[in-house]
Amino acid sequence: MAALTREETEALIQEVLEIYPEQAKKDRAKHLAINDQSLEKSNKCITSNRKSLPGVMTIRGCAYAGSKGVVWGPIKDMIHISHGPVGCGQYSRAGRRNYYVGTTGVNTFGTMNFTSDFTEKDIVFGGDKKLAKIITEIEALFPLHKGISIQSECPIGLIGDDIEAVAKKGNKEIGKPVVPVRCEGFRGVSQSLGHHIANDAIRDWVLENRDGDDSFPTTPYDVAVIGDYNIGGDAWASRTLLEEMGLRVVAQWSGDGTIAEIEKTPKVKLNLIHCYRSMNYIARHMEEKYKIPWIEYNFFGPTKIAESLRRIASHFDETIQAGAERVIARYESEYQAVIDKYKPRLEGKRVMLYIGGLRPRHVIGAYEDLGMEVVGTGYEFGHNDDYDRTIKEMGNATLLYDDVTGYEFEEFVKKVQPDLVGSGVKEKYIFQKMGVPFRQMHSWDYSGPYHGYDGFAIFARDMDMTINNPCWKQVKAPWKTDANSEAVKVAA
Amino acid sequence: MPSVMLKKNPEGKLVFYVPKKDLEEVAESVEFDTAELWGGEVVLADGSKYYFEPITPPDFPITLRAKRVDSGED
Ligand code: SF4
Repeated sequence: MAALTREETEALIQEVLEIYPEQAKKDRAKHLAINDQSLEKSNKCITSNRKSLPGVMTIRGCAYAGSKGVVWGPIKDMIHISHGPVGCGQYSRAGRRNYYVGTTGVNTFGTMNFTSDFTEKDIVFGGDKKLAKIITEIEALFPLHKGISIQSECPIGLIGDDIEAVAKKGNKEIGKPVVPVRCEGFRGVSQSLGHHIANDAIRDWVLENRDGDDSFPTTPYDVAVIGDYNIGGDAWASRTLLEEMGLRVVAQWSGDGTIAEIEKTPKVKLNLIHCYRSMNYIARHMEEKYKIPWIEYNFFGPTKIAESLRRIASHFDETIQAGAERVIARYESEYQAVIDKYKPRLEGKRVMLYIGGLRPRHVIGAYEDLGMEVVGTGYEFGHNDDYDRTIKEMGNATLLYDDVTGYEFEEFVKKVQPDLVGSGVKEKYIFQKMGVPFRQMHSWDYSGPYHGYDGFAIFARDMDMTINNPCWKQVKAPWKTDANSEAVKVAA
Repeated sequence: MPSVMLKKNPEGKLVFYVPKKDLEEVAESVEFDTAELWGGEVVLADGSKYYFEPITPPDFPITLRAKRVDSGED
Protein backbone atom coordinates (compact mmCIF):
# COMPACT_ATOMS: atom_id res chain seq x y z
CA MET A 1 0.00 0.00 0.00
CA ALA A 2 1.34 3.42 -0.94
CA ALA A 3 1.85 6.16 1.62
CA LEU A 4 -1.25 8.09 2.53
CA THR A 5 -1.63 11.67 1.43
CA ARG A 6 -2.53 14.42 3.84
CA GLU A 7 -6.16 14.33 2.78
CA GLU A 8 -6.39 10.57 3.12
CA THR A 9 -4.90 10.69 6.59
CA GLU A 10 -7.30 13.43 7.58
CA ALA A 11 -10.21 11.39 6.26
CA LEU A 12 -8.96 8.37 8.16
CA ILE A 13 -8.89 10.28 11.44
CA GLN A 14 -12.40 11.58 10.83
CA GLU A 15 -13.65 8.12 10.02
CA VAL A 16 -12.21 6.67 13.20
CA LEU A 17 -13.60 9.50 15.32
CA GLU A 18 -17.07 8.98 13.86
CA ILE A 19 -18.04 6.32 16.38
CA TYR A 20 -17.58 8.51 19.47
CA PRO A 21 -20.31 10.60 21.11
CA GLU A 22 -20.06 14.36 20.46
CA GLN A 23 -18.03 15.29 23.56
CA ALA A 24 -15.61 12.40 23.29
CA LYS A 25 -15.13 13.08 19.61
CA LYS A 26 -14.17 16.67 20.33
CA ASP A 27 -11.75 15.59 23.01
CA ARG A 28 -10.10 12.77 21.10
CA ALA A 29 -9.76 14.86 17.93
CA LYS A 30 -7.21 17.02 19.73
CA HIS A 31 -4.99 14.00 20.36
CA LEU A 32 -4.83 12.78 16.76
CA ALA A 33 -2.79 14.66 14.24
CA ILE A 34 -1.13 14.55 10.87
CA ASN A 35 2.55 15.28 11.04
CA ASP A 36 3.68 18.48 9.43
CA GLN A 37 7.44 18.95 9.40
CA SER A 38 7.11 22.67 8.81
CA LEU A 39 5.79 23.14 12.35
CA GLU A 40 8.25 24.15 15.03
CA LYS A 41 5.97 23.48 17.96
CA SER A 42 3.74 20.49 18.50
CA ASN A 43 1.06 22.37 20.42
CA LYS A 44 -0.11 23.69 17.06
CA CYS A 45 -1.24 20.23 16.06
CA ILE A 46 -1.55 17.88 19.01
CA THR A 47 -2.63 17.92 22.64
CA SER A 48 -0.92 15.64 25.13
CA ASN A 49 -0.55 14.81 28.81
CA ARG A 50 -4.27 15.11 29.49
CA LYS A 51 -6.58 12.89 31.48
CA SER A 52 -7.76 9.86 29.52
CA LEU A 53 -11.46 9.72 28.73
CA PRO A 54 -13.51 7.50 31.02
CA GLY A 55 -14.80 4.52 29.11
CA VAL A 56 -12.08 4.21 26.48
CA MET A 57 -9.34 1.60 26.63
CA THR A 58 -6.24 3.58 27.47
CA ILE A 59 -2.88 1.85 27.47
CA ARG A 60 -1.35 4.02 30.20
CA GLY A 61 0.02 3.08 33.61
CA CYS A 62 -0.13 4.78 37.00
CA ALA A 63 2.23 7.02 38.95
CA TYR A 64 3.35 4.09 41.08
CA ALA A 65 4.36 2.28 37.90
CA GLY A 66 6.36 5.33 36.84
CA SER A 67 8.22 5.54 40.12
CA LYS A 68 8.64 1.96 41.30
CA GLY A 69 8.62 0.28 37.91
CA VAL A 70 10.69 2.76 35.95
CA VAL A 71 12.89 5.06 37.97
CA TRP A 72 13.52 3.42 41.35
CA GLY A 73 12.98 -0.26 40.66
CA PRO A 74 16.18 -0.85 38.67
CA ILE A 75 18.45 0.57 41.42
CA LYS A 76 19.69 -2.85 42.28
CA ASP A 77 21.23 -2.60 45.72
CA MET A 78 18.25 -0.90 47.31
CA ILE A 79 15.12 -2.59 48.51
CA HIS A 80 11.97 -0.99 47.14
CA ILE A 81 8.96 -1.62 49.31
CA SER A 82 5.68 -1.60 47.40
CA HIS A 83 3.78 -0.04 50.23
CA GLY A 84 0.13 -1.01 50.12
CA PRO A 85 -1.79 -4.04 48.86
CA VAL A 86 0.13 -6.92 47.38
CA GLY A 87 -1.07 -6.79 43.77
CA CYS A 88 0.59 -3.64 42.45
CA GLY A 89 4.07 -4.99 43.11
CA GLN A 90 3.46 -8.64 42.45
CA TYR A 91 1.82 -8.27 39.05
CA SER A 92 4.57 -5.95 37.87
CA ARG A 93 7.42 -7.91 39.40
CA ALA A 94 10.46 -8.35 37.16
CA GLY A 95 8.35 -7.65 34.08
CA ARG A 96 10.60 -4.94 32.73
CA ARG A 97 13.71 -7.06 32.37
CA ASN A 98 16.12 -4.52 33.82
CA TYR A 99 19.21 -6.69 33.77
CA TYR A 100 21.78 -6.36 36.52
CA VAL A 101 24.79 -8.18 37.94
CA GLY A 102 24.78 -9.34 41.53
CA THR A 103 23.40 -12.11 43.67
CA THR A 104 19.68 -11.61 43.99
CA GLY A 105 18.53 -11.74 47.58
CA VAL A 106 22.01 -11.11 48.93
CA ASN A 107 23.41 -7.87 47.58
CA THR A 108 20.95 -7.07 44.79
CA PHE A 109 17.18 -7.20 44.85
CA GLY A 110 15.96 -6.23 41.40
CA THR A 111 13.65 -9.11 40.61
CA MET A 112 12.24 -9.55 44.11
CA ASN A 113 8.96 -8.13 45.34
CA PHE A 114 8.87 -6.51 48.76
CA THR A 115 5.45 -5.39 49.90
CA SER A 116 3.73 -4.36 53.09
CA ASP A 117 0.73 -6.44 51.93
CA PHE A 118 -2.02 -4.18 53.21
CA THR A 119 -5.25 -5.72 54.36
CA GLU A 120 -8.48 -4.22 55.69
CA LYS A 121 -6.98 -3.82 59.12
CA ASP A 122 -4.14 -1.65 57.85
CA ILE A 123 -6.51 0.57 55.92
CA VAL A 124 -8.67 1.11 59.03
CA PHE A 125 -5.92 1.55 61.60
CA GLY A 126 -3.12 2.88 59.37
CA GLY A 127 0.02 1.12 58.20
CA ASP A 128 2.83 3.16 59.71
CA LYS A 129 3.62 0.64 62.44
CA LYS A 130 3.73 -2.14 59.92
CA LEU A 131 6.08 -0.13 57.73
CA ALA A 132 8.45 0.54 60.62
CA LYS A 133 8.47 -3.18 61.39
CA ILE A 134 9.24 -4.04 57.75
CA ILE A 135 12.23 -1.72 57.78
CA THR A 136 13.59 -3.44 60.87
CA GLU A 137 12.96 -6.87 59.35
CA ILE A 138 14.63 -5.97 56.07
CA GLU A 139 17.74 -4.84 57.91
CA ALA A 140 17.88 -8.16 59.77
CA LEU A 141 17.17 -10.40 56.78
CA PHE A 142 19.09 -8.54 54.07
CA PRO A 143 21.95 -6.78 55.85
CA LEU A 144 23.81 -6.10 52.59
CA HIS A 145 21.15 -3.80 51.14
CA LYS A 146 22.27 -0.20 50.70
CA GLY A 147 19.00 1.58 51.33
CA ILE A 148 15.24 1.37 51.21
CA SER A 149 12.68 3.24 49.18
CA ILE A 150 9.02 3.31 50.12
CA GLN A 151 6.87 3.28 47.01
CA SER A 152 3.37 4.35 47.94
CA GLU A 153 0.43 2.62 46.33
CA CYS A 154 -3.01 4.21 46.10
CA PRO A 155 -4.34 3.59 49.63
CA ILE A 156 -1.42 5.27 51.38
CA GLY A 157 -2.40 8.71 50.18
CA LEU A 158 -6.07 8.06 50.85
CA ILE A 159 -5.70 7.08 54.50
CA GLY A 160 -3.12 9.77 55.22
CA ASP A 161 -0.25 7.69 56.57
CA ASP A 162 2.87 9.65 57.51
CA ILE A 163 5.50 7.64 55.68
CA GLU A 164 7.98 10.51 55.85
CA ALA A 165 8.10 10.27 59.63
CA VAL A 166 8.56 6.50 59.46
CA ALA A 167 11.31 6.95 56.89
CA LYS A 168 13.20 9.42 59.06
CA LYS A 169 12.97 7.11 62.04
CA GLY A 170 13.99 4.15 59.93
CA ASN A 171 16.96 6.04 58.60
CA LYS A 172 18.20 6.70 62.15
CA GLU A 173 17.61 3.10 63.11
CA ILE A 174 19.45 1.36 60.27
CA GLY A 175 21.87 4.14 59.30
CA LYS A 176 21.11 3.82 55.58
CA PRO A 177 18.98 5.99 53.32
CA VAL A 178 15.25 5.39 53.66
CA VAL A 179 13.37 7.31 50.99
CA PRO A 180 9.63 7.88 51.10
CA VAL A 181 8.12 8.32 47.63
CA ARG A 182 4.63 9.77 47.32
CA CYS A 183 3.86 8.06 44.04
CA GLU A 184 0.31 6.88 44.77
CA GLY A 185 -1.16 5.54 41.56
CA PHE A 186 -3.96 8.06 41.35
CA ARG A 187 -1.63 11.05 41.11
CA GLY A 188 -1.50 12.74 37.72
CA VAL A 189 -2.83 11.46 34.43
CA SER A 190 -0.31 8.70 33.74
CA GLN A 191 2.97 7.17 34.82
CA SER A 192 4.63 10.38 33.73
CA LEU A 193 3.91 12.15 36.99
CA GLY A 194 5.36 9.13 38.77
CA HIS A 195 8.65 9.73 36.97
CA HIS A 196 8.60 13.33 38.10
CA ILE A 197 7.78 12.43 41.71
CA ALA A 198 10.54 9.82 41.69
CA ASN A 199 13.03 12.34 40.32
CA ASP A 200 12.04 14.78 43.02
CA ALA A 201 12.47 12.13 45.70
CA ILE A 202 15.99 11.39 44.45
CA ARG A 203 16.69 15.12 44.45
CA ASP A 204 15.43 15.59 48.00
CA TRP A 205 16.64 12.42 49.68
CA VAL A 206 19.69 11.08 47.84
CA LEU A 207 21.40 13.46 45.46
CA GLU A 208 23.00 15.79 47.97
CA ASN A 209 24.33 13.03 50.23
CA ARG A 210 27.90 13.66 49.11
CA ASP A 211 27.80 17.41 48.74
CA GLY A 212 31.00 18.83 50.22
CA ASP A 213 32.69 15.44 50.16
CA ASP A 214 35.51 15.47 47.61
CA SER A 215 37.04 12.12 48.41
CA PHE A 216 35.83 10.67 45.11
CA PRO A 217 38.66 11.16 42.57
CA THR A 218 37.24 12.68 39.42
CA THR A 219 38.59 12.89 35.88
CA PRO A 220 37.81 15.41 33.14
CA TYR A 221 36.01 12.65 31.26
CA ASP A 222 33.37 11.69 33.82
CA VAL A 223 29.84 11.26 32.52
CA ALA A 224 26.61 9.76 33.80
CA VAL A 225 24.19 7.78 31.67
CA ILE A 226 20.73 9.00 32.62
CA GLY A 227 17.48 7.35 31.63
CA ASP A 228 18.79 4.00 30.44
CA TYR A 229 17.08 1.18 32.28
CA ASN A 230 19.24 -1.60 30.91
CA ILE A 231 16.33 -3.43 29.38
CA GLY A 232 17.73 -6.64 27.99
CA GLY A 233 21.19 -5.17 28.60
CA ASP A 234 20.72 -1.86 26.76
CA ALA A 235 22.83 0.19 29.14
CA TRP A 236 25.72 -2.23 28.85
CA ALA A 237 25.67 -2.02 25.07
CA SER A 238 25.71 1.77 25.37
CA ARG A 239 28.30 1.98 28.07
CA THR A 240 30.91 0.02 26.15
CA LEU A 241 30.76 2.56 23.32
CA LEU A 242 31.20 5.50 25.69
CA GLU A 243 34.09 3.83 27.44
CA GLU A 244 35.71 2.89 24.18
CA MET A 245 35.78 6.52 23.10
CA GLY A 246 37.59 7.40 26.32
CA LEU A 247 34.87 8.55 28.68
CA ARG A 248 34.43 7.27 32.19
CA VAL A 249 30.86 6.29 33.02
CA VAL A 250 30.46 7.09 36.70
CA ALA A 251 26.80 6.31 37.06
CA GLN A 252 24.02 4.43 35.34
CA TRP A 253 20.55 5.81 36.03
CA SER A 254 19.10 3.50 36.83
CA GLY A 255 19.48 0.20 34.96
CA ASP A 256 22.09 -1.93 36.74
CA GLY A 257 22.65 1.17 38.89
CA THR A 258 23.46 1.51 42.56
CA ILE A 259 22.68 4.19 45.09
CA ALA A 260 26.40 4.97 45.41
CA GLU A 261 26.50 5.81 41.69
CA ILE A 262 23.56 8.13 42.09
CA GLU A 263 25.20 9.91 44.98
CA LYS A 264 28.33 10.42 42.89
CA THR A 265 26.53 11.85 39.88
CA PRO A 266 26.82 15.50 41.00
CA LYS A 267 30.58 15.10 40.45
CA VAL A 268 30.39 14.32 36.72
CA LYS A 269 31.17 16.71 33.86
CA LEU A 270 28.28 15.92 31.58
CA ASN A 271 24.95 14.17 31.93
CA LEU A 272 23.88 12.04 28.98
CA ILE A 273 20.13 11.64 28.73
CA HIS A 274 18.63 8.75 26.85
CA CYS A 275 15.06 8.74 28.14
CA TYR A 276 14.28 12.42 28.25
CA ARG A 277 10.72 11.95 29.46
CA SER A 278 11.46 10.10 32.66
CA MET A 279 14.62 11.84 33.83
CA ASN A 280 14.89 15.31 32.33
CA TYR A 281 13.74 16.72 35.66
CA ILE A 282 16.78 15.56 37.58
CA ALA A 283 19.12 16.60 34.75
CA ARG A 284 17.68 20.09 34.79
CA HIS A 285 18.04 20.18 38.54
CA MET A 286 21.70 19.16 38.39
CA GLU A 287 22.27 21.71 35.69
CA GLU A 288 21.02 24.45 37.93
CA LYS A 289 22.47 23.30 41.21
CA TYR A 290 25.79 21.75 40.16
CA LYS A 291 26.18 23.46 36.77
CA ILE A 292 26.41 20.13 34.99
CA PRO A 293 25.27 20.48 31.38
CA TRP A 294 23.18 17.70 29.86
CA ILE A 295 22.53 16.53 26.34
CA GLU A 296 20.13 14.09 24.79
CA TYR A 297 21.50 11.27 22.73
CA ASN A 298 20.10 8.36 20.76
CA PHE A 299 21.78 4.97 20.49
CA PHE A 300 19.30 3.26 18.16
CA GLY A 301 20.72 2.46 14.74
CA PRO A 302 24.15 3.36 13.30
CA THR A 303 23.12 6.74 11.85
CA LYS A 304 21.86 8.06 15.16
CA ILE A 305 24.67 6.42 17.11
CA ALA A 306 27.33 8.14 15.01
CA GLU A 307 25.48 11.45 15.30
CA SER A 308 25.19 11.05 19.07
CA LEU A 309 28.79 9.94 19.62
CA ARG A 310 29.98 13.01 17.74
CA ARG A 311 27.64 15.30 19.62
CA ILE A 312 28.78 13.88 22.96
CA ALA A 313 32.43 14.18 21.92
CA SER A 314 31.96 17.82 20.96
CA HIS A 315 31.64 18.56 24.68
CA PHE A 316 35.15 17.23 25.31
CA ASP A 317 38.66 17.69 23.94
CA GLU A 318 40.33 16.18 20.85
CA THR A 319 41.23 12.86 22.50
CA ILE A 320 37.54 12.12 22.97
CA GLN A 321 36.64 13.46 19.55
CA ALA A 322 39.25 11.21 18.00
CA GLY A 323 37.91 8.43 20.21
CA ALA A 324 34.42 8.86 18.81
CA GLU A 325 35.70 8.63 15.24
CA ARG A 326 37.71 5.55 16.16
CA VAL A 327 34.64 3.86 17.61
CA ILE A 328 32.50 4.68 14.60
CA ALA A 329 35.20 3.39 12.24
CA ARG A 330 35.79 0.28 14.26
CA TYR A 331 32.18 -0.84 14.12
CA GLU A 332 31.56 0.21 10.56
CA SER A 333 32.19 -3.14 8.93
CA GLU A 334 30.06 -4.79 11.59
CA TYR A 335 26.95 -2.66 11.17
CA GLN A 336 27.39 -2.47 7.42
CA ALA A 337 27.24 -6.24 7.32
CA VAL A 338 24.00 -6.13 9.30
CA ILE A 339 22.50 -3.62 6.91
CA ASP A 340 23.67 -5.57 3.88
CA LYS A 341 22.10 -8.71 5.22
CA TYR A 342 18.75 -7.38 6.41
CA LYS A 343 18.02 -4.34 4.31
CA PRO A 344 17.08 -6.36 1.22
CA ARG A 345 14.61 -8.33 3.37
CA LEU A 346 13.11 -5.31 5.08
CA GLU A 347 13.34 -2.52 2.54
CA GLY A 348 10.13 -0.56 2.10
CA LYS A 349 8.31 -2.20 5.01
CA ARG A 350 6.05 0.15 6.92
CA VAL A 351 5.88 0.34 10.70
CA MET A 352 3.42 1.77 13.19
CA LEU A 353 4.58 2.42 16.73
CA TYR A 354 2.86 3.23 19.95
CA ILE A 355 5.17 3.15 22.93
CA GLY A 356 6.26 5.05 26.02
CA GLY A 357 8.93 7.55 26.91
CA LEU A 358 11.55 7.93 24.20
CA ARG A 359 11.11 5.15 21.71
CA PRO A 360 8.29 6.58 19.60
CA ARG A 361 10.90 8.96 18.18
CA HIS A 362 14.22 7.32 19.05
CA VAL A 363 13.78 4.06 17.15
CA ILE A 364 12.73 5.75 13.91
CA GLY A 365 16.38 6.10 12.86
CA ALA A 366 17.07 2.43 13.39
CA TYR A 367 14.15 1.46 11.16
CA GLU A 368 15.29 3.90 8.52
CA ASP A 369 18.77 2.43 8.57
CA LEU A 370 17.13 -0.83 7.53
CA GLY A 371 15.22 0.88 4.75
CA MET A 372 11.93 0.78 6.63
CA GLU A 373 9.51 3.61 7.13
CA VAL A 374 7.62 4.61 10.26
CA VAL A 375 4.17 5.72 9.16
CA GLY A 376 2.55 6.31 12.52
CA THR A 377 3.77 6.94 16.01
CA GLY A 378 2.46 8.01 19.37
CA TYR A 379 3.23 8.25 23.07
CA GLU A 380 1.32 6.79 25.96
CA PHE A 381 2.31 9.59 28.26
CA GLY A 382 4.36 12.06 26.24
CA HIS A 383 4.21 15.79 26.82
CA ASN A 384 4.40 18.67 24.38
CA ASP A 385 8.18 18.70 24.49
CA ASP A 386 8.23 15.07 23.35
CA TYR A 387 6.07 15.81 20.34
CA ASP A 388 8.21 18.89 19.59
CA ARG A 389 11.12 16.50 19.25
CA THR A 390 9.12 14.03 17.16
CA ILE A 391 7.82 16.26 14.38
CA LYS A 392 11.17 16.48 12.62
CA GLU A 393 11.86 12.77 12.90
CA MET A 394 8.62 11.71 11.24
CA GLY A 395 7.73 12.02 7.57
CA ASN A 396 5.13 14.47 6.38
CA ALA A 397 1.49 13.40 6.50
CA THR A 398 2.23 10.48 8.81
CA LEU A 399 -0.07 9.79 11.73
CA LEU A 400 0.55 11.02 15.27
CA TYR A 401 -1.69 9.68 18.02
CA ASP A 402 -1.45 10.62 21.66
CA ASP A 403 -2.77 8.30 24.39
CA VAL A 404 -4.39 6.29 21.61
CA THR A 405 -7.37 4.19 22.62
CA GLY A 406 -7.53 0.48 21.91
CA TYR A 407 -10.27 1.07 19.37
CA GLU A 408 -8.48 3.86 17.49
CA PHE A 409 -5.25 1.94 17.29
CA GLU A 410 -6.96 -1.13 15.83
CA GLU A 411 -8.82 0.94 13.27
CA PHE A 412 -5.70 2.82 12.25
CA VAL A 413 -3.83 -0.43 11.75
CA LYS A 414 -6.69 -1.91 9.72
CA LYS A 415 -6.71 1.09 7.41
CA VAL A 416 -3.01 1.85 7.15
CA GLN A 417 -2.05 -1.83 6.92
CA PRO A 418 1.52 -1.55 8.18
CA ASP A 419 3.90 -4.48 7.82
CA LEU A 420 4.81 -4.29 11.49
CA VAL A 421 3.29 -2.89 14.65
CA GLY A 422 5.51 -2.10 17.64
CA SER A 423 3.74 -1.56 20.94
CA GLY A 424 3.13 -3.12 24.34
CA VAL A 425 2.07 -6.51 25.58
CA LYS A 426 -1.58 -5.50 25.89
CA GLU A 427 -1.68 -4.79 22.18
CA LYS A 428 0.44 -7.72 21.12
CA TYR A 429 -2.12 -10.49 20.97
CA ILE A 430 -4.84 -8.33 19.43
CA PHE A 431 -2.66 -7.54 16.46
CA GLN A 432 -1.17 -10.97 16.18
CA LYS A 433 -4.66 -12.42 15.99
CA MET A 434 -5.44 -9.89 13.28
CA GLY A 435 -2.49 -11.39 11.41
CA VAL A 436 -0.27 -8.31 11.74
CA PRO A 437 3.39 -8.93 12.59
CA PHE A 438 4.06 -7.44 15.99
CA ARG A 439 7.03 -6.63 18.22
CA GLN A 440 6.64 -5.77 21.87
CA MET A 441 8.76 -2.64 22.08
CA HIS A 442 8.74 -2.00 25.83
CA SER A 443 10.89 -4.88 26.99
CA TRP A 444 12.00 -5.91 23.48
CA ASP A 445 9.78 -8.99 23.39
CA TYR A 446 12.12 -10.96 25.63
CA SER A 447 15.06 -10.03 23.39
CA GLY A 448 17.54 -7.18 23.40
CA PRO A 449 19.67 -5.23 23.88
CA TYR A 450 18.68 -2.86 21.07
CA HIS A 451 20.98 0.02 22.02
CA GLY A 452 24.41 0.52 20.52
CA TYR A 453 26.01 -1.29 17.59
CA ASP A 454 25.64 -4.68 19.25
CA GLY A 455 22.00 -3.96 19.87
CA PHE A 456 21.40 -2.91 16.28
CA ALA A 457 22.36 -6.35 15.02
CA ILE A 458 19.82 -7.92 17.35
CA PHE A 459 17.20 -5.33 16.46
CA ALA A 460 17.61 -6.05 12.75
CA ARG A 461 17.43 -9.80 13.26
CA ASP A 462 14.31 -9.51 15.42
CA MET A 463 12.48 -7.29 12.95
CA ASP A 464 13.35 -9.66 10.12
CA MET A 465 12.29 -12.77 11.95
CA THR A 466 8.99 -11.15 12.90
CA ILE A 467 8.03 -9.61 9.57
CA ASN A 468 9.26 -12.43 7.36
CA ASN A 469 7.95 -15.18 9.56
CA PRO A 470 5.93 -17.66 7.49
CA CYS A 471 3.34 -17.97 10.26
CA TRP A 472 1.49 -14.82 9.18
CA LYS A 473 0.33 -16.57 6.03
CA GLN A 474 -1.28 -19.24 8.18
CA VAL A 475 -3.35 -16.89 10.31
CA LYS A 476 -6.20 -16.57 7.86
CA ALA A 477 -8.33 -19.64 7.29
CA PRO A 478 -7.70 -20.96 3.76
CA TRP A 479 -11.33 -20.48 2.70
CA LYS A 480 -11.16 -16.86 3.81
CA THR A 481 -8.24 -15.78 1.69
CA ASP A 482 -9.26 -13.28 -0.94
CA ALA A 483 -8.71 -15.49 -3.95
CA ASN A 484 -10.80 -18.27 -2.47
CA SER A 485 -13.65 -16.07 -1.38
CA GLU A 486 -13.84 -14.77 -4.93
CA ALA A 487 -14.01 -18.34 -6.12
CA VAL A 488 -16.74 -19.15 -3.62
CA LYS A 489 -18.77 -16.19 -4.79
CA VAL A 490 -18.42 -17.20 -8.38
CA ALA A 491 -19.47 -20.72 -7.60
CA ALA A 492 -22.52 -19.60 -5.65
CA MET B 1 3.67 33.78 38.36
CA PRO B 2 5.24 30.68 36.82
CA SER B 3 8.66 29.51 37.90
CA VAL B 4 10.90 29.61 34.88
CA MET B 5 14.15 27.81 34.45
CA LEU B 6 16.58 29.83 32.39
CA LYS B 7 19.75 28.66 30.73
CA LYS B 8 22.00 29.62 27.87
CA ASN B 9 22.09 27.30 24.87
CA PRO B 10 25.33 26.59 22.99
CA GLU B 11 24.57 29.52 20.68
CA GLY B 12 24.49 31.78 23.73
CA LYS B 13 20.76 32.40 23.50
CA LEU B 14 18.55 32.30 26.53
CA VAL B 15 16.39 29.15 26.79
CA PHE B 16 13.20 29.42 28.71
CA TYR B 17 11.65 26.37 30.36
CA VAL B 18 8.41 26.29 32.30
CA PRO B 19 8.23 22.86 33.93
CA LYS B 20 4.49 22.92 34.65
CA LYS B 21 3.67 23.59 31.01
CA ASP B 22 6.47 21.68 29.28
CA LEU B 23 7.18 24.93 27.52
CA GLU B 24 10.67 25.03 26.10
CA GLU B 25 11.37 28.11 24.04
CA VAL B 26 14.23 30.34 23.00
CA ALA B 27 14.02 33.96 24.09
CA GLU B 28 14.12 36.36 21.16
CA SER B 29 14.83 39.47 23.19
CA VAL B 30 15.53 40.50 26.77
CA GLU B 31 14.81 44.09 27.77
CA PHE B 32 17.83 44.55 30.02
CA ASP B 33 20.85 42.38 29.35
CA THR B 34 23.93 44.30 30.36
CA ALA B 35 26.75 43.74 32.82
CA GLU B 36 24.83 45.62 35.53
CA LEU B 37 21.22 44.75 34.96
CA TRP B 38 19.26 41.76 33.74
CA GLY B 39 15.51 41.31 33.38
CA GLY B 40 12.49 43.24 32.24
CA GLU B 41 10.34 42.06 29.41
CA VAL B 42 11.38 38.85 27.68
CA VAL B 43 9.85 37.94 24.33
CA LEU B 44 9.88 34.28 23.34
CA ALA B 45 10.15 32.81 19.86
CA ASP B 46 6.46 31.89 19.94
CA GLY B 47 5.52 35.53 20.59
CA SER B 48 4.57 35.25 24.24
CA LYS B 49 5.94 37.82 26.69
CA TYR B 50 7.09 37.47 30.27
CA TYR B 51 8.31 40.01 32.78
CA PHE B 52 11.18 39.54 35.24
CA GLU B 53 12.00 41.99 38.02
CA PRO B 54 15.30 43.50 36.84
CA ILE B 55 18.19 42.19 38.95
CA THR B 56 21.97 42.08 38.79
CA PRO B 57 22.86 39.52 36.10
CA PRO B 58 22.41 36.05 37.59
CA ASP B 59 24.53 33.00 37.07
CA PHE B 60 22.69 30.82 34.54
CA PRO B 61 21.14 28.25 34.72
CA ILE B 62 18.76 29.52 37.35
CA THR B 63 15.09 29.35 38.26
CA LEU B 64 13.30 32.67 38.56
CA ARG B 65 9.73 33.74 38.89
CA ALA B 66 8.20 35.59 35.99
CA LYS B 67 4.96 37.40 35.28
CA ARG B 68 3.14 36.58 32.12
CA VAL B 69 2.59 39.74 30.11
CA ASP B 70 0.57 38.39 27.20
CA SER B 71 0.10 34.97 25.77
CA GLY B 72 1.18 35.53 22.17
CA GLU B 73 -1.20 34.11 19.60
CA ASP B 74 -3.67 32.27 21.75
S1 SF4 C 1 -3.27 2.62 40.29
FE1 SF4 C 1 -2.96 2.32 42.52
S2 SF4 C 1 -3.78 0.26 42.92
FE2 SF4 C 1 -3.43 0.40 40.71
S3 SF4 C 1 -1.33 -0.43 40.37
FE3 SF4 C 1 -1.17 1.83 40.60
S4 SF4 C 1 -0.74 2.10 42.80
FE4 SF4 C 1 -1.57 0.03 42.58
